[in-house]
Amino acid sequence: MRTSSRHIIRLASLMLLTASPARAEPPKDIFNSPMWETLSERYFGQDKVVFDDRVKVGVPPIVENQAQVPITADARMLDGVKKLIVFADLNPIQLALELEPIQAKAFVAFRMKIEQATPVRAAALTEDGVWHVGGMFLDAAGGGCTAPPKANGGVSWYDTLGETQGRLWQEKDGSVRARFRISHPMDTGLGQDNTPAYYIEKVEAKGIAGVTLARLSMYEPVSQNPTITLVVDLGRDGKGVDIDSRDNNGKIYRASLLAPWRQSQSDQREGALNAP
Amino acid sequence: MKPLLTRRQSLLLGGSALSLFCCCPPGRAEPHRYELTPRKLTDGVWVTRGSDEAINERNGGAIANVAILDSSEGAILIDTGPSRRFGEALMTLAKELTGKPVARVYLTHFHPDHMFGNQAFDPAKLAATKGTIDGMKEYGNAFSDSMYRAAGDWMRGTELVLPQAIVEGAPEDIGNRRLRPLLMRGHTPSDLALFDEKTGILFAGDLVFLDRAPTTPHADIERWRMSLANLSAIPSTMIVPGHGPVESSVRGVEQTSRWLETISHMIGDAFERGLDISEAITLPLPDWTKSIALARYEYERSVMHLYPQFEAARWPRIDERG
Repeated sequence: MRTSSRHIIRLASLMLLTASPARAEPPKDIFNSPMWETLSERYFGQDKVVFDDRVKVGVPPIVENQAQVPITADARMLDGVKKLIVFADLNPIQLALELEPIQAKAFVAFRMKIEQATPVRAAALTEDGVWHVGGMFLDAAGGGCTAPPKANGGVSWYDTLGETQGRLWQEKDGSVRARFRISHPMDTGLGQDNTPAYYIEKVEAKGIAGVTLARLSMYEPVSQNPTITLVVDLGRDGKGVDIDSRDNNGKIYRASLLAPWRQSQSDQREGALNAP
Repeated sequence: MKPLLTRRQSLLLGGSALSLFCCCPPGRAEPHRYELTPRKLTDGVWVTRGSDEAINERNGGAIANVAILDSSEGAILIDTGPSRRFGEALMTLAKELTGKPVARVYLTHFHPDHMFGNQAFDPAKLAATKGTIDGMKEYGNAFSDSMYRAAGDWMRGTELVLPQAIVEGAPEDIGNRRLRPLLMRGHTPSDLALFDEKTGILFAGDLVFLDRAPTTPHADIERWRMSLANLSAIPSTMIVPGHGPVESSVRGVEQTSRWLETISHMIGDAFERGLDISEAITLPLPDWTKSIALARYEYERSVMHLYPQFEAARWPRIDERG
């Protein structure tokens, strides 16, 4: 931990020294990815960028299904996160999603399509205009028996389009964990059968009187039937969380996760991910 | 240059010299070759043990046990291994051991480490349940892709071959040997176990794992445990698991059942607590699983298999149409 923070300080000071007025050079990539410079320019533009261990990316040690790779992006150790984005360098479409945690934690879990072994990164933009980047290398080639997702047991995706399921839990610190799954094909438009891109592009979690708690922008790499975990601050009188979504055809989906939620039992047990 | 020469020489010498090299990575100049070492269980029954590993480029996917039985009509095989080359080596071995051609080949289920050796055999002699054949049709191409990716060149030339004979419930008489098919499910939607009446040996397929963690990509855990309860009631002299050592006890049946109960409870509990997959895979396993090969690996895979099922089945509908 000490060496890594020293490393960050060194990187940061190095950047201060070398920063040019035209554009701050991005720090040298820990994964040595061929896409890093292009992507950092695309997503961070002129902004200051630091690698930061406090931005954690969770990837599975093995890829069981390349169409449904569970990813967690967690920047809860940082204060004042305005935006949290997740991207995979070597995917044909790199950006998977953007979270604006308005009254929410800088945390999101979801599933993502992965084309090949790639760095998966989360970048958190803090109020001071700095992007804090964390990442993990995901090895997608070693996997076990990869079975393609079974198409809903013969039921057409259209019949279940927009069906939403989910639950709420209360976290130890009083915040609320929302987990939900929206039935949607999430087509990338990259398939060989000319199926056009069709995906949910906006998800909003709303509290009392429609106040927005968190805003998600999703892109093609998010897996079929998006399954999302968010942690929101509902406030004392919160009765539940509304989930409003819209796909790129303009179709609107509405769902409500209502209290009473389950008391999270995570406090007493190992392995819980509570707010730090 | 020198070690390669030694290796070539040893290949020519054959026999005991070979076994010295079977653990080494094969030389690049040589095509991959499976070295099958049969273990005799009793007169006329042999098993070649798979390695208790995940499928990789060193083991060429030879991770499952394969059985060879002698009969007056010819050799009987149970499963064909992961690739064409394995199937060919197996056919040669079966002829050597029994002195007869292969009369019958049973496939216990549709998973790739058990059936991609089919190509070496006459499809009319390959026998499986209808459910297994359906599974091969449905998943065969995807399995082929992932096997090539995981095992590499060992898979060269391997293609899916479907069995033409269908196993139903009736006893299977091949020459002087009678095998009782037990049509079960749980590991996959159709699992075939075979009980040899003459020796009392139970060939359990992947319904039973021993000292190697069970795999669950197509599992129905509850059904699987019911099948195991039924298997444990069979008065067998030995049990040949799909993966792991052969023993004259029901340890494999009990261990498989305990494993399934343990992980389904852990994963179900993590799900009920609201953890996401990437959180659930970090949970610690109980101490008793430490002696089981690939426990961590298969637990993580099982989380990824079971979670989507739980999410679809256990969460209430919350949309305005629901």
